[in-house]
Amino acid sequence: MHPAPSIILFTTLSGLGFGLLAFLGINMPGSTGFIAFVFFAIAYVLAVGGLLFSTFHLGHPERALKAFSQWRSSWLSREGICAVAALIVMAIYGFGRVFMDQHWGLIGGIGAVLSLATVYTTSMIYAQLKTVPRWHMPLTSLLFMAFSLAGGALLAGQVQIALPLLIVAGIVQIAYWLLGDKRLAQSGSTLESATGLGHIGKVKAFEPPHTGTNYLMREFIHVVGRKHAQKLRIIALGLGFVIPVIALLLPFGHMLALVAVLSHVAGIFVSRWLFFAQAEHVVGLYYGKR
Amino acid sequence: MPKDQPTLDLSPHVSDEVRKTTCYMCACRCGINVHMKEGPDGKQKVAYIEGNKDHPVNKGVLCAKGSAGIMQVNAPSRLKAPLKRVGPRGSGEFEEISWEEALTIATEWLAPIRAENPEKLAFFTGRDQSQSFTSFWAQHFGTPNYAAHGGFCSVNMAAAGIYTMGGAFWEFGQPDWDYTKLFMLFGVAEDHDSNPIKMGIGKIKKRGAKIIGVNPIRTGYNAVADEWVGITPGTDGLFILALVHELMKAGKIDLEYLAQYTNAPVLVDSETGLLMRDEAGKELVIDRNTGKLTPFDQKGVRPDLSATHRHAGVTHKPVFHLMAERYMSEEYAPEAVAEHCGISAERIRGIANEIARVAFEESFELDQEWTDFRGEKHKTMTGRPVSFHSMRGISAHSNGFQTCRSLHVLQILLGTVEVPGGFRFKPPYPKPATIHPKPHYGVTPGKPLDGPHLGFVHGPEDLALKPDGTAARIDKAFTWDNPMSAHGMMHMVISNAHAGDPYKIDTLFMYMANMAWNSSMNTRGVIDMLTDKDEATGEYVIPRIIYSDAYSSEMVAYADLILPDTTYLERHDCISLLDRPICEADAAADAIRWPVIEPDRDVRGFQSVLCELGARLDLPGFINEDGSQKYADYADYITNHIRKPGIGPLAGWRMGEKGLQNGRGDPNEAQLDAYIENGGFFVEHIPAGANYYKPWNMAYQEWAVGMGIIDKPEPYLFQLYVEPMRKFQRAAEGHGERQPPEHLRERVKKTMDPLPIWYAPFEDSAVDVNEYPVHALTQRPMAMYHSWGSQNAWLRQIHGHNPLYLPTNLMQKHGLKDEDWATVSSTHGSITVPVMEMAALNANTVWTWNAIGKRKGAWALEEDAPEVTKGFLLNHLIHELLPPKGDGLRWSNSDPITGQAAWFDLRVKIAKAATPPSESQPAFPPIKSPVGTGPKELKWQTKK
Amino acid sequence: MTTLPTSTQKKLGLVIDLDTCVGCHACVVSCKGWNTENYGAPLSDQDPYGGDPSGTFLNRVHSYEVQPDEGAAQLIHFPKSCLHCEDAPCVTVCPTGASYKRVEDGIVLVNEQDCIGCGLCAWACPYGAREMDASEKVMKKCTLCVDRIYNENLPEEDRQPACVRTCPSGARHFGDLADETSDVSILVAERGGFDLMPEMGTKPVNQYLPPRPKDTMEEFNILAPYLEPVAKDAGGFLGWLDKALDKLPGNSAGGAK
Repeated sequence: MHPAPSIILFTTLSGLGFGLLAFLGINMPGSTGFIAFVFFAIAYVLAVGGLLFSTFHLGHPERALKAFSQWRSSWLSREGICAVAALIVMAIYGFGRVFMDQHWGLIGGIGAVLSLATVYTTSMIYAQLKTVPRWHMPLTSLLFMAFSLAGGALLAGQVQIALPLLIVAGIVQIAYWLLGDKRLAQSGSTLESATGLGHIGKVKAFEPPHTGTNYLMREFIHVVGRKHAQKLRIIALGLGFVIPVIALLLPFGHMLALVAVLSHVAGIFVSRWLFFAQAEHVVGLYYGKR
Repeated sequence: MPKDQPTLDLSPHVSDEVRKTTCYMCACRCGINVHMKEGPDGKQKVAYIEGNKDHPVNKGVLCAKGSAGIMQVNAPSRLKAPLKRVGPRGSGEFEEISWEEALTIATEWLAPIRAENPEKLAFFTGRDQSQSFTSFWAQHFGTPNYAAHGGFCSVNMAAAGIYTMGGAFWEFGQPDWDYTKLFMLFGVAEDHDSNPIKMGIGKIKKRGAKIIGVNPIRTGYNAVADEWVGITPGTDGLFILALVHELMKAGKIDLEYLAQYTNAPVLVDSETGLLMRDEAGKELVIDRNTGKLTPFDQKGVRPDLSATHRHAGVTHKPVFHLMAERYMSEEYAPEAVAEHCGISAERIRGIANEIARVAFEESFELDQEWTDFRGEKHKTMTGRPVSFHSMRGISAHSNGFQTCRSLHVLQILLGTVEVPGGFRFKPPYPKPATIHPKPHYGVTPGKPLDGPHLGFVHGPEDLALKPDGTAARIDKAFTWDNPMSAHGMMHMVISNAHAGDPYKIDTLFMYMANMAWNSSMNTRGVIDMLTDKDEATGEYVIPRIIYSDAYSSEMVAYADLILPDTTYLERHDCISLLDRPICEADAAADAIRWPVIEPDRDVRGFQSVLCELGARLDLPGFINEDGSQKYADYADYITNHIRKPGIGPLAGWRMGEKGLQNGRGDPNEAQLDAYIENGGFFVEHIPAGANYYKPWNMAYQEWAVGMGIIDKPEPYLFQLYVEPMRKFQRAAEGHGERQPPEHLRERVKKTMDPLPIWYAPFEDSAVDVNEYPVHALTQRPMAMYHSWGSQNAWLRQIHGHNPLYLPTNLMQKHGLKDEDWATVSSTHGSITVPVMEMAALNANTVWTWNAIGKRKGAWALEEDAPEVTKGFLLNHLIHELLPPKGDGLRWSNSDPITGQAAWFDLRVKIAKAATPPSESQPAFPPIKSPVGTGPKELKWQTKK
Repeated sequence: MTTLPTSTQKKLGLVIDLDTCVGCHACVVSCKGWNTENYGAPLSDQDPYGGDPSGTFLNRVHSYEVQPDEGAAQLIHFPKSCLHCEDAPCVTVCPTGASYKRVEDGIVLVNEQDCIGCGLCAWACPYGAREMDASEKVMKKCTLCVDRIYNENLPEEDRQPACVRTCPSGARHFGDLADETSDVSILVAERGGFDLMPEMGTKPVNQYLPPRPKDTMEEFNILAPYLEPVAKDAGGFLGWLDKALDKLPGNSAGGAK
């Protein structure tokens, strides 16, 4: 898949934002007033900013409101609804924290659940797609949730929670890669099944339909070299999880905390770039490419 | 309907009007419905183009090119106004001038030539569909130097067909799609007659009939063939003769047919090799009933294929004896040819077996009475459901004529020509060589030529030679180099004119021929010839070039005066029975084009321009008695021109004594309206009983006379043995007044064999085949036509560049993978281009799509267009001459019989390019576009 | 209308004969021509005369080489457009309801007024049947020429998709695949029509007919059944000929030598 910056920014930032909101909703940290304002501001900048980036991906953002209508079948629609609900509920809750010094536990709890639900719906946009076997597995949702929770805990300054969550997220990440690498082969989709010509023999793409490029090729066909991908995976793991964990294990310091956060966010960006760039859409089979 | 499903308008407005005309996106001439809608400016605009269901050629279907016509009439490459060159030739620097100035210049250049020496004008038209008109103009100008592009296209097929049986494929005839059960296709054929062949393939596949494709490359029609025979290029003739060998040996030939309708029983004078004739010139056979010599066409005669005639101690054998002696020889046994052809003996035998089975075991009778030319009534028509088709693939070799002859002879031996299930002629064919004109070249200053330029020679006496033995024509057509060059040799004009061999010319006048690029062999060399200057005078060696084209082709830059033509939707045309007709096997048909839109530029239809230029030059035929212009424009010519009494360009709706009639008649001022009313075409069906056995069927012959196709019944015998070839061969053996020059004597003797032979393509002996082991071919993609497709926004997305396809073994041998670059060299030149692997390809052949590569600055494309950066021409590797033999002579790279350009003889070697170049090599400097480039985005919609 | 109808009254679709398609691209361009002028926004082209031309096409023809275990490789032309799946994932993922499957005939359409251009439907389609128009920024796809097949402004014989009407080799067939007695259903049954990527569970309505077996003609070492020699050489042949001529109708027996 084409690693579109708008989508990478959207999923990465909103995942962190909603993760942070989830922690804020369950009173972690339990700060109020200006500190709470800063936490909520960061969470909203990330979550709303991410959502805004996602609209850059739309051909007609002015019609975005229509996207709330199809919750019965569409994960994208559900995501929109969840996100708006989470943001509204958490705004009420945050208002209480920042301005009224209140912890409305029920509202916060609902907001936290909605925030995580938003991350889950986001993940399901990808995980539902049979056409992208690498995404089409429960681990995709787990990956998004684990990242969101680990990042949220980190941003929320919950070192003791962040540490195990980061380790878990790192393990999920590795599992996602290891299992993901086999998914296309496991999916049963091949050029033979795509063309129905396998009964004759081995199929090979000959001339493409058009010598030039097209929307499908730009959108779905992206090749990352094996060596390049391995390097990036190490970088993603190192930045996303290893460095933050080390930083958190060292004696606490604000600089170290900042390093942990920035490193984690950078790592998630790399991981998310790989999430898209390495995902093979079965349409690529028709073009003899992945 | 469910409540949340939107309401759709299921019957939207389709068009304000449908204007029916003829396509010209390639040479097929399909009928099209041009849907018009009113645009924002209130003018009618082209909204959509589809096939015309009533049209005899395409019956509603339309290919990619045809449907993309809308992008041709809006192409930014369209020339806008007459141009006068201001920069050096090849720079592309022009100034726009008025038509008055353009025609004045042309008249000033041409009038003195006509007055002093008309041969100094070479007038050649390329993909011209108005040859009966352009040749008429050239004839009245008086130059012998006229032809169209047939010489570098498929003249071998056409001429071999005419000489052998009175027609060939495409415009001449077609398989009997309704009854054929085995269809055998040789060589690349996707480029001619394309929709009818596709329709035919679909039709026979539906019936479960078999298709055998013989082609080194398994694309297009060969991809859907049931059997693919990946033959070695240039060996088709040998393969066909092996089939002949097997079929004759098994007696699987139609003896009845051969005896009745061919010259197989005609006696050959064993001393001269000429056919024995009576005093009236009729061929003599032995009547099997009486055992006596008799003219072939007498009532009740049963010509004997077997009997010989002994006279004055000499035995004269019939043609069929000579054929048996030749083709039964082990030289043509499958085992003997297998290695050459790259086809196993077992496979050859398998194919011969299948042909024999279908032709003779699946033969059938149509319950249809008919009467032959001997007056004999036949109760039924016997079907032999095997048919063949071939065009350029086997033609474009130096052994192409004999190979095409072999194919025609194979069909005749099977008795499958003009019978149900076989091959059928389309009117005005069948038409034997003897009733075609002979070439004319008699030049008189200030006067028309003494007759039509092109035709069919019947012996050395018909060659176009001057008294000193040199060529009368600039292209050396109809000379000992290539005696039967029935379509002329456009590909030699520039080379010969530049060399002054046989003479220099003053003005080169061309139409629709991209000679400075894809239509020439040796593109670089031709460009140099066009720009070369005489050192002494500083003048160009070819002093003046006038060119007419609708589009900004590469050739435009090399002309001094440009006469911009219209697009095909902006013009009148006639697809005439006098020219290259569109008939069907069951019907005579012709068609028109008419301006369904008006040009939005200062351009004029070329034929209309010739009407005016002809008048300005006072050409008889183009002026009235008072000297005024005779035809206001081409439409006027189409309506009012009379070629001979009762015959004009169009056969439909002519004026008779009792009103409108078809075929013969006087001009009808409303004729074009009648065509438009009828959908742009005219069709007259052949009556049942007259539609098979046409060369011998009196009902057909009489119908054809009525239609004005022939003037009197002309039944004839198929010429298995082509006597005119024997006359040339005999001259080479030292007989007669006109004999070939010494350097050609042996070649004429060998190649002008009156019975089909096979010899290796000339390039095989002219180059070291060990050094250049690989065959290189081109074929035209079905979605592109020559160079025209690249200016078309839709078509160029399909074929924007062209890799060189290599078979798997050659990819591996040279360490190549897809998208690598390789250097491909011939003895003449080398190119460096991207490669792709193809498994379904002859193991010793590489190929690419033709004419995708473009020159920077041409066709209104931007300079980084993939056609320029990755596209390429194979033409750079092919020379119009064979490599010098050290005798100081210029040996043309063409068929020695017809002069057909031997594009497909090419031999190359391949090497991986160590460092891929930034663009295909050779790269040429850009030419300045006279029309700029196109827009950055297209959204084509006329609906409001 | 993002949920799929549980069933449709008809299943209109195409049957594409891979045995007959010669790969001429006629359907591709005819489709482009009709659909740029008709349903919804025009099908735009970017850089149409430049270095990277690219445009919206609703139907494209691929080509594949297939190498059997034995014998020559085969080349198969492969037209592909929307398959109007019964279980169309492109419809259910649509967040706005712009994508829908018609209840009457099962045609999958995009209501362009509602399309936000998110592209998710194209992601959900395994076949590459949907293309976002780079100029209009809405999703374009094959409409099965819904504006032709019922169009009362067209003569009845023309009420079929543009690609079918134009296909020169007759490799494209249009009809109701829900009706077992329709021509297309019969073709599918007789020729063994198949689904593309059945593992995706999309239940495509469009069906593909497989190429017939190729290169199966028997080869003969010596004794081909219809090639039994009548003679070994020209001399023997002429002897056979004489006898054979006697047998022809109209000849008096034992004709002249």
